[in-house]
This record gives sequence, structure tokens and C-alpha cells, in this order.
Amino acid sequence: MQGGLSQQVTSVPSAVAQLLWLIPAVPILASGVIAVLKQPRRKLASGLAIGSLSFSLLFSIVTFVHVVREWAAGLAVREVVNFTWLHFGSSSVDLGWVLDPLAAVMLVMVSFVGLLIFIYSTGYMAHDENYTRFFCFLSLFAGAMLGVVISNSILLLFMCWEIVGLTSYLLIGFWYQKPSAAAAARKAFVTTRVGDIFFLLGIVWLFAQTGTLLFYNGGSGSLESNALKGLLAAHGGLGLTAAGAIGLLIFAGAAGKSGQLPLHVWLPDAMEGPTPVSALIHAATMVAAGVYLIARVYPLMQFGAAPGGTTASLTVVTWIGTATAVFAALIAVAQNDIKRILAYSTVSQLGYMMAGLGLGGVAVGMFHLITHAFFKALLFLGAGSVIHGCHEEQDIRRMGGLRVDMPVTFATYAIGMLALSGFPVLAGFWSKDGIIEAAHHSAAIKGPFYLLIFGALLTAFYMMRQVCYVFLGYWRGHGTAHESPRVMTMPLAILALFAAVLGFIGTPAWPWFQAFLENRAATPAFHALIEPGYLALVGASSLVVIFGIFLGFRVYGNKSPKPEAPDALEQAAPWLWNPLRDRLYVDEFYRATVIALYAWLARVADWFDRRVWGGIVSLVTWLVGLWAKLNRALDVYWVDGSFDKTCEELSNGGGLLARVQDGRVQDYLRILAVAAIALAGILIWSSRP
Amino acid sequence: MTAFPSPLVGYLLVAAVLFAIGLAGALIRRNAIIVLISIELMLNSANLNLIAFWRFGPHSSALTGMMFAIFSIAVAAAEAAVGLGLVISIYRHTNTAELDKINRLKG
Amino acid sequence: MNAVFYLLAAITIAGGLAAILLKHLIHAALAVTVAFGGIALLFLQLDAQFVGFAQILVYIGAVAILIVFAILLTHGADLPEKGVFNKGWAAALVIAAAVFAVTGWAVLQSIDAVPQRNAAPVVSMHDVGNALVGRYVLPLEIVGLLLTAATIGAVIVAMHEKERSR
Repeated sequence: MQGGLSQQVTSVPSAVAQLLWLIPAVPILASGVIAVLKQPRRKLASGLAIGSLSFSLLFSIVTFVHVVREWAAGLAVREVVNFTWLHFGSSSVDLGWVLDPLAAVMLVMVSFVGLLIFIYSTGYMAHDENYTRFFCFLSLFAGAMLGVVISNSILLLFMCWEIVGLTSYLLIGFWYQKPSAAAAARKAFVTTRVGDIFFLLGIVWLFAQTGTLLFYNGGSGSLESNALKGLLAAHGGLGLTAAGAIGLLIFAGAAGKSGQLPLHVWLPDAMEGPTPVSALIHAATMVAAGVYLIARVYPLMQFGAAPGGTTASLTVVTWIGTATAVFAALIAVAQNDIKRILAYSTVSQLGYMMAGLGLGGVAVGMFHLITHAFFKALLFLGAGSVIHGCHEEQDIRRMGGLRVDMPVTFATYAIGMLALSGFPVLAGFWSKDGIIEAAHHSAAIKGPFYLLIFGALLTAFYMMRQVCYVFLGYWRGHGTAHESPRVMTMPLAILALFAAVLGFIGTPAWPWFQAFLENRAATPAFHALIEPGYLALVGASSLVVIFGIFLGFRVYGNKSPKPEAPDALEQAAPWLWNPLRDRLYVDEFYRATVIALYAWLARVADWFDRRVWGGIVSLVTWLVGLWAKLNRALDVYWVDGSFDKTCEELSNGGGLLARVQDGRVQDYLRILAVAAIALAGILIWSSRP
Repeated sequence: MTAFPSPLVGYLLVAAVLFAIGLAGALIRRNAIIVLISIELMLNSANLNLIAFWRFGPHSSALTGMMFAIFSIAVAAAEAAVGLGLVISIYRHTNTAELDKINRLKG
Repeated sequence: MNAVFYLLAAITIAGGLAAILLKHLIHAALAVTVAFGGIALLFLQLDAQFVGFAQILVYIGAVAILIVFAILLTHGADLPEKGVFNKGWAAALVIAAAVFAVTGWAVLQSIDAVPQRNAAPVVSMHDVGNALVGRYVLPLEIVGLLLTAATIGAVIVAMHEKERSR
């Protein structure tokens, strides 16, 4: 397994590096402009989106050429531009971007595939009334994805990551009037959120431990040796180092975005979105973001491994990747929706990529990511063409015989299918082989090799099944199928070309791609192709692939059973078929446990809120009301009453007293006399001897 | 009651009786003039008291009692004049001399 | 002396009683005149000749006439229909009796301290005159003023009012 990158950083970034921020900024700006356009301005919207992404592509090619030239000249290839965004106390929030081989290849891939899909979408979404909204979201997605690629600050990466997640939600739920689409969008968002929480924890821990948010910062970045040594020394709980724990947390985030095993449930449902969305986001780019993230923080994941050994986090990555690869491939065998098969295939291939990263390093995983982007995009766009041609039909049992009605689609789709299966010479062969080879050579982890071989067999089998159902046999649908327009088939052709030949940049004969990524010289070594060990491995994997294709043809071939009839495998082994068709009950498991728990918690919280807090509020209200009533009663009866009573008594008393003053002189005289008597009596009494 | 320890006591008792009679008249009778008469009677009883004390008391050469009585008579006469004039005036206004009916000062 | 005293006392008291009890006002006026006369005689018996004669002159000669004129002018000859005594005459009698009781009690209480001189004081008119303009000149003048004011006041009060106020 090759070591991580340890280049020095140039002291002054070149002009290209300094302007790198334009690559994501222009599509995001275009998205903003499209957002304020009125709906009928369709041409302007798509024109802006395609134009901005074309600019990004051109600039990405310029940067790629620049980095290649630097690499070829043997200079340091990583250029970093950092700046401080916020200061608080003695810390600061730093952002920045990095230009190195990893970023350069990813930029070109994302913008190129993205541009082809944008062009394809102008045809596919031509009849949709929300055309402008679609391009607004697509453009925003492209910009955010490019931002993830060039980000040098883990915080900036997270921000762009979240925007990518947001646009994924918006695009999956593009036809939000469909309840299934809205539910799928929500599921995608919530599931990736679960991963993102762990990712955020990892970010916080990393920042707390290393004191910096930047990956590369002239020696003080979090992926540079000083920080990594510190991470290795710190403890992370559960017997892990801090490096291992943070690596696992970040992997959790990547697992959510890339649909690894426990968090894969959103990807198949995400097929509710329009096909270009599935192609761009859920095949080529967004799901690759997770893999890219692991590649980006690879120094962290890999630091501290003994030569020939591996770290705890990479072991976890490998095993989860492998498990995902096999799991998804099994389920893909028993699906009947054309896009769903491809979705599970994507999950499976993502598992391969993760396993590649874990077993073979950045170059192995990234090679498969790049090739997979092309042929999976090709397959999705081809599926979109098929759906379009079959009048929005998506069930493969109602298709058939399309090799006659849609020849261009058939040809390109066949190339894509072969590439995915790993048929020799095509792109997928070289990249998947790289992974299998790494699995074979891995000294520390043994199991994945056999599992990955088994996965390759399954991949070939289910892809052949799909092709048999869709293109071979005879037409079982309603109406007639027709080929798609040029604007849709042209991108297919271009992608097919790349799916065929892209593998040659990474063959063992001339491992240009791996050398480029690892910043070593790339020397042609044709003899590597004919080494006995290598030949045996390659031969074995090719045989597996061919056997899988043959098996698929044997079982399904030209038969084209009726749509209602059970599948051939189903008839043979229903005990195997039914669980696979029901996606191995993962969704049901989640519904019974997590969702049920959450629903119960929500009910408890609601009860609490209504009864306890609501009760307290009602109680307080009632008490206040009571107090008010009491005050009022006091006021009316006691205060007023006493006051009124006093006044009344005074009045009465006054009345009583006033009766004395009746105006009659003789009565006054009487009173006088009585008073005089009394006074005299007192006086006399007091003067007795 | 045939022999008083002093003749003065007899006079004093007579004066007391007269005073009481006068007071009774002032309180009982309805006619204002009778009330004035009763008041004169009371004044007279007081004069009797004064003279009796002058006669039997020491220092009768100072003539204090007699002077007091003379002035009392003069003032009583003036008061009777004014009072009766008032009664006549009231009679003219209210057409009655009965004290029951004169209650303009009622509160 | 006692017999004369008792007789005079009886006359005076009878006169007084009659004055307050008789229904006809004229009879009451005459009765009070008798009482005045009795008082005058008592004064004479007490060797206060000047005061006695002054009593006769003023009271019987002026006040009684005044009372009669007042009765005349207020048509006192007409008897009121509801009786001459007012409603609370019993309470008034009680009050009067109480007054008599208190004064009588005062007298009897101090019966031992009562002065006892029996010799008649030797007083001449000359002494009275001297006292009036000597020691008591101020009260004399004031009484003169008072009498003037009273006369004028009585005239004004009892005068017929001018026609304009009717």
C-alpha cells in the first residue's frame, strides 16, 4: 500500500491557484441569477447554467494542465491559498482552497460529466414546466460540489457539503407534488444528516485537537505531520487514538453521503428524481463526495500504520465498503425498476471504492471513482433515454427488444454495462482490477478479496439480466419505442468513448494516474502486465466477469417472459429471490426500530408538551385567572364594599345625627338642658367632701 | 321643712323650683311667646339667687349681688324686647307662632 | 319671717306654674306678671329695695306689657287646634325635674357651708348710685349701649317690611 502525500507547499501560489475560487463561484452565481428569472425564460436559464459550467470546465482543464506541468517538472504540486474569515479571541476561522493532483482530476471529472448531463437535461426536461428551477438547482449543485473538491478548510468543505446535500434534497423532490418523491427527498436528507452529525463531531474534535481548520498550512495544517503526530498521541476512547476516532467520525459522514451499508437506504429511493439528477448526483458526483472526502483526509486515516499494516479506521472503511459492495449487488439482482438496479449498482460500486481506499490507498480508490463516474453517468443517461423512449415506463419487464428500436442507446448502454462489469480492456476492468489486486496483496485484511470477487460476479450477472430484459428479446410494452433526440444521444456517445478508453491512464503498464496522484514519476513498465502473479489475478477476475455475463445470458437471454410472469430465478429459488426483491428488509428494520423509536419519542414529547407543559401553562393561567377573580372579589366586596358601606354608614350616621338638627328650638333647648345637668352633676359629684 | 338651717336655703330652693318651672315651660309649650315668658321666669329665678346670696353672704356692702341683679334685669328686658320683636317678625313671615312649625334650620 | 316667705314663695311658684300651664296666652301673661310681683316682694323681703322696685318697674311695667303686645300682634288669642303642649312633653318634664333635682341636690349638699348672716345689710340709695357710676361704670355704659342697640334692633326686626320686598 502506498503511503500518503507529503509534499511541500509552494510559498507563493500561482495565478491559477489564486483564481481557483472562480471554478465553484461562477456556477453558484449563475444559480443565483437563474433563481430570480421568470419561468418562461427557459433558454436563458439553461444557457446560463451550461455557460457557467463550461467556464468551470475550461478553467478546470487549465488548472489540470498547470498541475500536470508542475508534476512533470518535478516541482511541488500542492498550492494552497488560505485566508482568515473570522477572528474570535485567540482562535480564528480560516478558509482556503488547495490545488493538487487529487483536486485537479476531480475538478475535471465533475465539471466534464456535469456539463454533459446539463446538455442532456435540456432535452430530457424539455417538456417540464419547471425547467428554470431545475437548472437553478443543478447549477447550485455543481458549484457546491466543485467547492467541496477544492476546499482546504474542513469547515468550508462542510459548508459546501451541506449545500450539496440541500440541492440533492431539492432535486430528488423536484416533482414535489408526488408524495413518493417528497418522501424520498426527506429520507435522503435525514439519512445523510445522521452521517453529517458524526462528521461535524469529527470536525469539532479535529479543530479542538489540532487548533486549525486548514488541511495544509505551511506545516501547521491538520493533515501535516506535526498535527498528525499530536493526534496519534492523544486518546480517543474505546482503545483508539484521536486520529483513529476522528477518522471514523469523518468516515461516518462519508458513509452517509456515499450510501455505505447502514445509511444506504436513501439512494434507491432517490431515483424518484429526474434521471439527469440520478445521473449527476447519485452516480457520478455527489455520492463520490464521500469517497473524495476520505481521499482528502487520507493522511489522517492512514497515519501511524506500520509498513504493510493498516490503521483501525482504514480497516473499518474496508470492511464496510466490502459489505456494502456485496449486499447491494445481491439486492440489485432481484429488482425490476431500471433505475433501481442502477442505484443498487451505484451503492455496490461505492463500496468497492471505499474498499479500494482502505486496501490500496488514494490512487486505487480514486481511479475507480473517476472511471465509475463516466460509465455510471452513461448508464443512467442511457436509462433516461430508454425511459423517455418507452413513454416514461420504468419497469424492465415491460421493455424489451430495444436494440432494434433504440440502436444508439443500445450500443452506448452495452459499452457502459461491460465497463461496469469489468470486462477486459474497458475502463472498469482496470480500475476494479486495481482494487482486487490491492485486496489480494493486503497483508492485514484477508477476507475482502473473496467477497469482492463474488461481488464482481454478481455485478456482471445483474447487469446482463438488465440488458436482456431491456434490449434483448421482444417488445412487451404499450405503444412503440422510439430513439431519443440527438441532444440526448450525443452525451451518451461521448461518455461511452470515455468509458471505453479512460482505463488506459491507469494500467499497470503505465500507471500514469496513480503516479500523478502520488506525485512520483510515471515510468512505463510494460513488463508489469505479464508478471505471472498479475496475469493470474487478471485472468481470474476476467473469467469471473465472463462467467457472470454468460450466466445472465443463460438464465434470461432472449426469453422476454410476460410482465406478470415470475422471474426465472424467482421460480427456481423463491426463498432467495423474495428477500432480495424486498431489499433484505433493511427499510423495514429501520421502520420498526429507529423510526418507531423516534415516533414514540415524538409522541412522548407531544404528550409531555400537551399535558405537562400545557398543563402547567393551563394551571398558571387558571391560577392567574383565579387570582384575578379573587382580586376582583376583594375589590368589589371588600374594598368597594367596605368603602361603600363606610360611606353608607357615614351617611346614615349623618342622617341619624342630622335628625337631631330638626330646626326646632325647643329640642335644642332640651339637649342643652340635659348637657347642663350632666355637667353640673359631674361637677357636684366631684366636689363632694 | 319647717325650719331651714338657714333662710338662704329656702330662697335657693324657691329659685330652683322657679328655674325648673321655667325650663319646663320652655320645653313643653308650643307657643313662642310662652317660651319667652318661661325664659323670663328663669332669669328671674337667677336674680333671686343673686339677691339671696347678697343678703346672706359676706361683703354685702360691696353690693356685688345687687349690681349683678340690676344689670341682669336690664339685659333681660332688652332681650325680651328683641325676642318678642323676633317672634312678631317670624309670625309675619310664617303666619304662625308655634315652634313646632318653625324648622327652617332643619339639617 | 317664715310664714311671709312661704306665702310669697307659694304665690311666685303658683304664678310660674300657671304661666306655663294655662291655655290662654293672656292668662299666662297675667300669671307671669303675678310671678314677677312675687319675685319683687321677695326682693323687698331680702332688703334689696332698689332691685325690688326696679323689678316691678321693669318687669311688670315693661316686660309684661311687651308680652301682651306681642300676644296681640301674633294673634295669640286664637288657640291652636293641636293643643298647647308639644309632643315630647313627658321627656321635657323629666328633664326639668332632673334639673331641679341636680340643683336641689347641690343646694342640699352644701347645706352646711351656706352663709348664715342674719343681720340686714345697711345699704342706701346713695351707695347704690356711687357703685353704679364708680365701680360699675363700665357695665353701666355697656348696658346703656346694649339697651340702645336692643331697642333699635327690636324696632327694625318687628317693623313692617317695605312694600318692595313682597
